[in-house]
Amino acid sequence: MNAPVLRLYVLVIVLFAILVGFTSRWTVFDADSLRDNELNRRALLQEQKIRRGAIRTQDGEALARSVPRPGDTWGRRYPTADLFAHAVGYSFTTIGRAGIERSHNDELTGQTDELTGVLDSLLGKDDRGDAVVTTLRTRAQEEAVAALEQSGHKGALVALDTKTGGVLAMASVPSYDPNTIDDPRRFAELNRDTENAPLVNRATQNGYPPGSTMKVVTAAAALDTGRYRPDSQVSGENGKPISGVPLNNFGSEDFGDVDLTFALTNSINTVWAEVGEKLGGRTMQRYMERFGFYAEPPLDYPDAQMSASGVRKKGELVPVTDPSVDVGRVAIGQGDLFATPLQMASVAQTIANGGVRLKPHFMSRVIDPDGRTVEEAEPEEAERVVSRETAAQLADMMRQVVREGTGTAAALEGVEVAGKTGTAELNLEGLNQPWFMGFAGDVAVAVTLERFQGGTGGIVAAPIARRVLQSLGQ
Amino acid sequence: MSARNRELLALIPASLLLTAGFAALFVQHSQELSNVSLTYGAAFLALCLAGHLVIRFTLPDADPYMFPLVAVLACFGLVIIYRIDEELAREQAQWFVVGLILFAATIVFLRDFRVLERYRYTVAVAGLFLLLLPRVPGIGQQVNGAYLGVGIGPISFQPAEFGKIAIVIFLAAYLRDTRQILIQGSRRVLGVTIPPLKHFGPLLVVWGGAMILLVFIRDLGSSLMFFGAFLALLYVATNRLSFVTIGLGMFAVGAWFFASTVGHVQNRIDTWRDPFDRALYDRPGGSYQIAQSLFAQADGGLFGVGFGQALITQPGGGAILPAPQTDLIYAVIVNELGLVGACGLLLVYLLFVERGFKTAMLARDSFSKLLAAGLTAVFALQVFVIVGGVTKVIPLTGVTLPFVSYGGSSIVANFVLLALLLLVSDRARREARA
Repeated sequence: MNAPVLRLYVLVIVLFAILVGFTSRWTVFDADSLRDNELNRRALLQEQKIRRGAIRTQDGEALARSVPRPGDTWGRRYPTADLFAHAVGYSFTTIGRAGIERSHNDELTGQTDELTGVLDSLLGKDDRGDAVVTTLRTRAQEEAVAALEQSGHKGALVALDTKTGGVLAMASVPSYDPNTIDDPRRFAELNRDTENAPLVNRATQNGYPPGSTMKVVTAAAALDTGRYRPDSQVSGENGKPISGVPLNNFGSEDFGDVDLTFALTNSINTVWAEVGEKLGGRTMQRYMERFGFYAEPPLDYPDAQMSASGVRKKGELVPVTDPSVDVGRVAIGQGDLFATPLQMASVAQTIANGGVRLKPHFMSRVIDPDGRTVEEAEPEEAERVVSRETAAQLADMMRQVVREGTGTAAALEGVEVAGKTGTAELNLEGLNQPWFMGFAGDVAVAVTLERFQGGTGGIVAAPIARRVLQSLGQ
Repeated sequence: MSARNRELLALIPASLLLTAGFAALFVQHSQELSNVSLTYGAAFLALCLAGHLVIRFTLPDADPYMFPLVAVLACFGLVIIYRIDEELAREQAQWFVVGLILFAATIVFLRDFRVLERYRYTVAVAGLFLLLLPRVPGIGQQVNGAYLGVGIGPISFQPAEFGKIAIVIFLAAYLRDTRQILIQGSRRVLGVTIPPLKHFGPLLVVWGGAMILLVFIRDLGSSLMFFGAFLALLYVATNRLSFVTIGLGMFAVGAWFFASTVGHVQNRIDTWRDPFDRALYDRPGGSYQIAQSLFAQADGGLFGVGFGQALITQPGGGAILPAPQTDLIYAVIVNELGLVGACGLLLVYLLFVERGFKTAMLARDSFSKLLAAGLTAVFALQVFVIVGGVTKVIPLTGVTLPFVSYGGSSIVANFVLLALLLLVSDRARREARA
């Protein structure tokens, strides 16, 4: 009777091997799909037990903080309501995460590497995340939002520290109150509102025709290649053919022979379109890429909430070298060119910083629950875009714009503002996309307003930039 | 080294495991837990030592590894239960004391276990009575649609745990008598060996018993366990694979028939086949339990989330993982210790099963052989049925993971099972040595 006993044992081994096989299936092979199963709420429940760290402005104001909820769980409150909504985003188990709440989730939930995690759990540390101190400034943000709202139009503004790349203000109007959207119905309602699109961050997500602000990029390429100098003579004649189609100056003004500085000060379309055409698609493409066009912005912000600037045909990015692209009109910020306010602020930052583009960032410091600074942001160079000399020449030209050109409304007392206005025409009846982009001291700013009937950059956008620059002590 | 000294040495891993386990929990929850947790550990080790001494003085030749393996399993279970609920662990520790007393009593009063042969029918009737007890109105308890528990006043127990031992004793005694007739009286019909018709009757009775279990207790898992043990014994007794095949076929037909007619069994099979179906998931007694079991295992991964880290209750009350201390304890183990820990646990079971079958092979007389093989088979099948249920190999049923799950009847009954195996082993090894 021993042989059948032995065979029985073999059978038991086989049965146990099946058990190991199935356990492997659930723990390893099918584990990912099980974790993603819509019925699996474990991750969400685990999340609620973590006390997320606060998000603060540079000046210490709490933008997001955790509040206790029944049953050892934590909820999220946003004390500044709609003021910082787009930058900060939200974190709710019902609808997910956005903004800094999403891009800095690891720090905020205190997720560390495997080894320290094991040590922490052995030492009985509770689940507390680190606080993120941002580069944002309350006063600047308040001014930006107030100024945009007073314009009566939708719009966006980005202010960057020219020496560090830190985002000082990021406003998108209309905004929303993140405290109310953990209700999925309210969230769905806001999502459906395509007219106002309050959830969209117009500063990073929406590209707009940059109009004449683009002439700064064209001028940078013109000077940096050595093909032009600020005093190079160019023709400001009205109605010059660009790509075979006559182009008009603003108000069809005929300027005659002028130098390049004058052409920027007075934003002469025909000059810059011709300069763009003469530089050619390849050069324009090269300089645009150096300025950060044609790439996701290197901001510590969710990719899903940013878009790359550049020429877009049917929503797809098309290089300037493409035969379908009108290089001359791209050079003056038209011709299917779309740029985000973040992109244009980055252009201003680059010129202000001697030609070096810095990576824009929100995070300034990460502070652990014991108050120790565990991470600190250093200025990070993205790329040298133009030479120091080119940047200095261009900065002078931009100062001239504010001193006596189209951008006088941005002028401040005691400090010289450099800038460039833009007024992209959306139709022939005066529906415009006004812009202002510039810098003063250590602050670069870009602002735009949507679909402004009769509004020009110099009149409606420059004063907004001025208010924000002023609030930042410039 | 004598068998008993080897046993004593083999208890060291169990004590280390226990100490390490409690120490880990202690360190982790030092705010909430007191030194009491370490006292538990010490008391439990004293119990193991007491068990060892009982064996040393009564069964000096018994297998030296079975008891330490059981100690490892029990320690493991106790630590996990302690981690789930302190109060349950205290109760479980009390049941260990009761189990050890019954263990000692079994060894002392059944020194000559072969007297059991004489009472086979008494034992059989007692076994069937125990199995059907949960359907007696007033004391029977229905859990998740299956009738497995009995409650008299404050005490509740699962008679099936004891029933399985009784049935194995009866089958071992019955088959010892009839095995020769079954073998010699068989005829070959169309190349298939079929047992003599005269003895077909009792086999049909056993099959009928399994079907009754299925219908009355409504538990596919336990009927599979009982019928499987019967087939294993039949196979060992006759060495005829055809009997097993016929038996399996009959069981399959019966199970299929009842699965499609008895609503509860049908429900269990549906939830097993499609646990993520929204309607089944939301239904009371539906697939929520098995789905959560799989989610918990996925959460564990290869190495587990770590001891005491698994999510068992919802923040704000309510269970995520239902019955974590009994039916789904294996899911908790996988969640916390991962695939690696689960393999370790299964390996311990496999080693115990190996010792059981080894005992069966060493035994001289047929009854001892059949008894040891049967007890080991029913033990292995119980592990397979519950772990298989938790891992969705078969429909989930409410049997316990021997020595690990929380449950008084389970602990006590399995200690009796261990006592019987050690009794057979002591005799077999003594005879083998002589």
